[in-house]
Amino acid sequence: MMTICESNVAKIEAICKEYNCDKGELINVLHQTQNTFGYLPEDVQEIIAENLQTSLAQVYGVVSFYSFFTMIPKGKHPVNICKGTACYVRGAEKIIDEFKTLLDINIGETTADEKFSLSSLRCIGACGLAPVVLIGDKVYGRVTLDSVKEILDEYQ
Amino acid sequence: MSNRYRKNLLVCNGSSCQQASDADLVAFINFKLKEYNLEDGIKVVQSVCSNKCSIGPNIIVYPDNVEYSKVTKSDIDDIIIEHLLNERIVERLVFDKENGNGVAPIKQYRIALRNCGFIDPEEIKDYIEKDGYDALAKCLSKYTPEEVTQEVIKSGLRGRGGGGFPTGLKWEITSKSVSDQKYVVCNADEGDPGAFMDRSVLEGDPHSVLEAMAICGYCIGANKGIIYVRAEYPLAVKRLKIAINQAKEYGLLGKNIFGTGFEFTITIKYGAGAFICGEETALIHSMEGFLGEPTLKPPFPSVSGYLKKPTNVNNVETFANIPAIINKGADWYASIGTEKSKGTKVFALAGKINNVGLIEVPMGITLREIIYDIGGGIVNGKKFKAVQTGGPSGGCLTEKHLDLPIDFDSLTAAGSMMGSGGMIVMDEDDCMVSMARFYLEFIVEESCGKCAPCRIGNKRLHEMLTKLCDGKGTMEDLDLLRNLSVVVKDTSLCGLGQTSPNPILSTMANFYDEYYAHVAEHRCPSGQCKSFMLYYISEENCIGCLVCARKCPVGAISGEKKKLHIINQELCTKCGVCMEKCKFHAVHLN
Ligand SMILES: Cc1cc2nc3c(=O)[nH]c(=O)nc-3n(C[C@H](O)[C@H](O)[C@H](O)COP(=O)(O)O)c2cc1C
Repeated sequence: MMTICESNVAKIEAICKEYNCDKGELINVLHQTQNTFGYLPEDVQEIIAENLQTSLAQVYGVVSFYSFFTMIPKGKHPVNICKGTACYVRGAEKIIDEFKTLLDINIGETTADEKFSLSSLRCIGACGLAPVVLIGDKVYGRVTLDSVKEILDEYQ
Repeated sequence: MSNRYRKNLLVCNGSSCQQASDADLVAFINFKLKEYNLEDGIKVVQSVCSNKCSIGPNIIVYPDNVEYSKVTKSDIDDIIIEHLLNERIVERLVFDKENGNGVAPIKQYRIALRNCGFIDPEEIKDYIEKDGYDALAKCLSKYTPEEVTQEVIKSGLRGRGGGGFPTGLKWEITSKSVSDQKYVVCNADEGDPGAFMDRSVLEGDPHSVLEAMAICGYCIGANKGIIYVRAEYPLAVKRLKIAINQAKEYGLLGKNIFGTGFEFTITIKYGAGAFICGEETALIHSMEGFLGEPTLKPPFPSVSGYLKKPTNVNNVETFANIPAIINKGADWYASIGTEKSKGTKVFALAGKINNVGLIEVPMGITLREIIYDIGGGIVNGKKFKAVQTGGPSGGCLTEKHLDLPIDFDSLTAAGSMMGSGGMIVMDEDDCMVSMARFYLEFIVEESCGKCAPCRIGNKRLHEMLTKLCDGKGTMEDLDLLRNLSVVVKDTSLCGLGQTSPNPILSTMANFYDEYYAHVAEHRCPSGQCKSFMLYYISEENCIGCLVCARKCPVGAISGEKKKLHIINQELCTKCGVCMEKCKFHAVHLN
C-alpha cells in the first residue's frame, strides 16, 4: 500500500480539477490517475471520491468493474498475452501456460521481485502476427513455446 | 491522393505492420528522404491495413502501384536509390503473387475504407482534397434535416455495430424526440476480439467520422457529439484529437459552421476494458461515469439516453459510410449489395487463413469468394472446417454455407450473425467443442453480472463444456447444454446474454458428431483436447538418454540409462515437453 504524501494528494486534486470535479468524468479521472501512479490503491480512490463528491463505494465499484484499472502495482516489465480469437486459434493458451510455469505466477499476479507481472488482454489487432505477447510496449509476434524463455531472458 | 507530390509512399501503419517493423519506419524513411534531398517531391503517408498483415510491413509506391513487403530499415536505401531515383523496381522486395500471398484487391469495393491508406489521416487538407466536408456543406446549405434523413433512409444503410438497425430510421426517431438538448454518440468500443475495422477507420480516416457525426447532429437537432473509444486504441485516440482540433481550426466544427448558424462540437470519452460497454445502454452509463451495466429497452437511447436526453448511437463504420452516401446519392448506394442489406461491409479475416487483415466487400458476396479468392485459402493447404462470424455472439458457418450470399439476414438465418464483422477461419485441426468453450470463457469474464441468467447460466454452460473437453461428459450433459443455452438466450437482460449461447447452439447444430465423439467415443476428433491424448514412448526409437525424464515437470517418466523409458499415465499432465525434447522421435501421441 502506498502512503500518500502531500504532493501526490495535490497531483490527484489537480487531475480532478482538470475535469471540473465532475463525477460524470470519473472514468477519465481514473485513467489519468492510473497513468500517473501506475495503479489505484484504496487511499488514492478515497481522495478521488472526496474531490468528485461521490462515495468511495462508487469509485471502488468502477475501479473493480473495468479490467483496465488495477489496484495492484504491476511488475517492472508487465507481460500481456493476447487472448483474442485469432491468437487462441494459433495456440495462445500454451504460451500462457509456459509463461506461468517460467515465472511461477498466475494471471493477474506479480513476481516476488516485482520484475514481471502477468496478464492477458483481448485483441490488440495484430492478428496477422498471432500469437502475440506484449512486454511493456514491445510486441512479440508469432511466439512459439521455445521462444518464451528467450524473450524473458532479454529482461533478466 | 495528394498530387502535390511526384510520388507517394504509403507505409502501412496498421498495428500488425507497425509491430512487425523493427522501429519507427515512417520516421526513418523521412529521415532518409531528407538525406537524399527528396523530401519536397516525395510524401510519406501512413496508411492502414491492406489485408496482408502476415507479410508486413508493407509499402506501396504510388502512382506506380508497386508494393514492397517485409520491408526493413536496411531496405530503404535500395527503394530510394533504385525506385525513387532511377525508376527501377526493387524486385527482391516485391511480394510473390505466385505463392498465394498476393491479394490483388479483387472483389473488394471500398466505401467505408475509401480514404484509408490514401490520405494522411493527420492532415485535414488531404481529406478535403478527397471531397471531405463537401457532404456536410451540401446538407447544411441545400437540404433540410428531413431531406437528409430521407436520403439516408432511402440508401438502405443499416447499422454496422451488429444490430443492423436501419440508420435513417434511427435518425428520424431521434429527430422526433422533443428535448432542449440531444446528443450524437459514436460507438468506438469495438470489443469483438479479432475485429479491428473501426480502429482502422479512426486511424486512417478520422475526419469521415467527424463529418458524419455533424451531419447526424444536423438531422436530429443535436449540437454535441461524443466519441466513446476504447482505451486500448491509443493511436486512434491521438488521430481523433488531431482531427478534431484541425476541424475546429478550419471552422468545420464549432459555432456557425459554413456560416449557416449550425453549431456542433465533438468530445472524446474513454472506455476502460469492458466488452459490455459496446452495448449502447451500458455505453451510456459508462459515459456518465458509472458501471457499464445495461438497462432494459425501452426506453431506447433515441428517447432517453446520455444524461436522460435523446441520444443517437451509431457505430464508427456506419458513420464512415454517410459522407459517401450524401456525395454520391442514395440511389448509388442502394444499387450495391442485396435486397435488404445495402452497400458494403468490412470484415476482419483472421485465424487459419493465408491473407490475414481487413477487407471491404459488397453485401451478397459468398463465403467462398472471401475465403479462397480474397483470403487466399487455408494455411498450409489444410482443409477448411468452419468460420466463426459475429464473434462471441455469433455462430459458425461450415462447408455447406460456402456459397451462401452473405448479408445481415442470411447470416441470421444460418444460425450466425453479422456482428461487427470478425471472421475467424478454422481448419481441420480445430476442435469445435473447445472453440465453444473458448467463447463461453470470454463471456463469463465479460458478463457484467447484473442479471442472473447471464451471470450464472453462462458459468454453468462453461463448466459443462469444460467437462466435455476433459472427457467427463455424459449424454445427459449434451441435453442439458442445449436446454440451458435456450434458457439463457430467452431470459437474459441484454444482447450479451441473449446471444452468448449462439456459439454452442451453432456448433451443436453443425458438428454434433464432435460433441458425440467427446462423450460416447471418448475421443476428440481433431486431437485438440489434451485429456483424450496419451503420450507413450516407443520401444523402437527410445535409446534411453534420460532427457525426457529430466525435462518432465511432474516426474512422470521413469527409466534407466540405455533402457526403455515409461510414462506414468496417472501422473502425466500431457504438457508435451517430452515429445518436444526427444531428439529421436520416440515419444508418440494417440
Ligand atoms: C454485448 C454487445 C456488445 C456490443 N458491442 C458493440 C461494439 O463494440 N461496437 C458497436 O458499434 N456496437 C456494439 N453493440 C451494438 C450497440 O448496442 C448498438 O446497437 C450500436 O452501437 C448501434 O449503432 P449502429 O446502428 O450504427 O450499428 C454491441 C451490442 C451488444 C449487445
